[in-house]
Amino acid sequence: MGGNRMKNNDCQSSLIKCQSVSKSYGDVQALCEVSFQVEEGELYGLIGPDGAGKTTLFRILTTLMLPDSGSAEVAGLDSISDYRDIRNRIGYMPGKFSLYQDLSVEENLNFFATLFGTSLHENYDLIRDIYVQIEPFKTRRAGNLSGGMKQKLALCCALIHRPSVLFLDEPTTGVDAVSRREFWGMLKNLKREGITILVSTPYMDEATLCDRIALIQSGKILSIDTPRRIIDKYAGTLYAVKAENVGRWARDIRKKKDIKSCFAFGESLHVSFAQSTGTAPDHLRDWLLAKGYNDVEVKPVAPNIEDCFIQLMEDRGWRLEVGDRRLKTGD
Amino acid sequence: MRKKLKIKSAIAANRNTQFLAFVRKEFRHMFRDRKTLLILFGLPVVQILLFGFALTNEIKDSRIVICDYAKDEASRRIIERFAANNHFVVEESLKSHLQIEDAFQEGRIKLAVIFPANFLSDLHHLHQAQVQLIADASDPNTANILKGYATNILMDYQKELSMDSPLPYQIGSEMRMLYNPQLKGAVNFVPGVMSLILMLICVMMTSVSIVREKEYGTMEVLLVSPVNPLLLILSKAVPYLFLSLVNLTVIVVLSVTLLEVPVNGSLILLFLESTLFIITALSLGLLISNLVKTQQAAILFSLIGLMVPTILFTGFMFPIENMPVVLQWFANVIPSRWYYVIIKSVMIKGAGIQAVWKETVVLLLMTGFLLFISFRNFKTRLEA
Repeated sequence: MGGNRMKNNDCQSSLIKCQSVSKSYGDVQALCEVSFQVEEGELYGLIGPDGAGKTTLFRILTTLMLPDSGSAEVAGLDSISDYRDIRNRIGYMPGKFSLYQDLSVEENLNFFATLFGTSLHENYDLIRDIYVQIEPFKTRRAGNLSGGMKQKLALCCALIHRPSVLFLDEPTTGVDAVSRREFWGMLKNLKREGITILVSTPYMDEATLCDRIALIQSGKILSIDTPRRIIDKYAGTLYAVKAENVGRWARDIRKKKDIKSCFAFGESLHVSFAQSTGTAPDHLRDWLLAKGYNDVEVKPVAPNIEDCFIQLMEDRGWRLEVGDRRLKTGD
Repeated sequence: MRKKLKIKSAIAANRNTQFLAFVRKEFRHMFRDRKTLLILFGLPVVQILLFGFALTNEIKDSRIVICDYAKDEASRRIIERFAANNHFVVEESLKSHLQIEDAFQEGRIKLAVIFPANFLSDLHHLHQAQVQLIADASDPNTANILKGYATNILMDYQKELSMDSPLPYQIGSEMRMLYNPQLKGAVNFVPGVMSLILMLICVMMTSVSIVREKEYGTMEVLLVSPVNPLLLILSKAVPYLFLSLVNLTVIVVLSVTLLEVPVNGSLILLFLESTLFIITALSLGLLISNLVKTQQAAILFSLIGLMVPTILFTGFMFPIENMPVVLQWFANVIPSRWYYVIIKSVMIKGAGIQAVWKETVVLLLMTGFLLFISFRNFKTRLEA
């Protein structure tokens, strides 16, 4: 039985295989026919705003929940029938900080090591780079650590048994920019160790750090590809509009007929036109100047993942209003 | 074959170290939560002291008034006896019975004793005299008890009188109050407090500590680990079993030294039966933790859903025999009702296991049932 499974494992390199998985909570459909595959050794990103269904998908893959329909395989094992074996092979870091706040850093680590039937020393080389950063605080209670430290500790705990697949559900939410960058550096190192990583994030700027990404919204996958190719697939030209007095202009511009979409992005607005005729940007500039805005600047700009995300949503007729936009951009 | 055995024993050894690690973790949780720990250890002490000295159903120092129209030797002797009795305090002597009503309405007194004129001469010449007792029956139990005390005083005096001239027929009743000759309330409530405290601490603390893992998200990680979560849950029971036994010891020591309630039976049997009851309560806590999602719900469930029935239906506040049949049935599913009977028998009556084996079997069955239900309902996944 076990031997067979191993053989299966050898001839397919997909470590995570998700086939038309659906899940509803009462009337709310959290996932709708979600399919994707993660190859061995990949750093795979699941990108989508809060409420897109990322956590539900993680819980199904980590055998914590059963899908309503569809099937999921992790490391060649079925998520329903072989759930115990899967639990031996994966590392999981849930979105919520899930360590014991009243135990010290060291006690947490030792506890999770025992939980997985191993010890801190056994796989020390794997977590060394991460652990040395929190080692000075090893007697401090986990509840008193900073967000970045907590996240490193949680990662250590998830890695302590050298899992073959690592599931990280929004690991960088609520963590400062420097720690986020460091964290992605650690993921790159783990990938080099041969660990397959599925990571979800609402931060669009983190998407480009993944090998491949799946964009997810309202329980449906919008697109799957490498970040580079997703950006290349952006249709039309995107313009960045700069002027003073940020607050009011987005709404004014969106009222114009020839504007396809317009979203605030950092210091400027990203605007795409319904028809990419050469004169449209000039029209917009003149129009803004006529409206009394000063220092107006309209120039083409390379789209980022977020722009692609918005475009994919608009293609499906979904609209995100500026006010309730929940996508997060880094700083 | 040998290799297989080796692996098996290695797994078993591993499981043991895991279990120990879990128990250690639970003790850490317990000792680091100082406030809760203080409450857990303070609660039994406060309860014993409260029930022992403040809340008691013995009636002492009831204020009474006396209205003496006779003012003869007999009435004076009886009044002296009332004054000397520690159940009564003579508040004042009234000149007229018309003042009695006022004294009752002001709530100053519980009982009035009225001697008619010619009390002694009636007694001598008619061989019969009357004393009127008026009691405040807005609290019927107290009124009844005070009536009893007063009648006793009058009877004693009558006996003393008849020493010289014995009555032709006389039935003397000789009362002996078994197990509690001084009629101390403590004898009744110490087992009650024990049932209440053990029930409360075990049920609430187990359910809270398991639900806390759900609430903090650590349960998610535990479930995704290869460890059988039941092992972890069982390890949660250990510290609370330990804590409950410490509490039990404190209660027994306090009641023996402070309240002078002795342990008449076997101390070992007392602790064994208590351990059984603690395990019953722990499994009830486990069941509750399966049903609720937040610590608050767990606390509410244990407090309101269990404390009230425990107080009402254990039998130390209200005798179960006097309840309507339906409530008696209900009382039978409350574990503390059986434990209370056991403890009363062992601790107060000095009975052995042969006297309480039926109750013990009931507790055993209850524990088995609760464990079975909660293990069956234990979810190896998160509920949707």
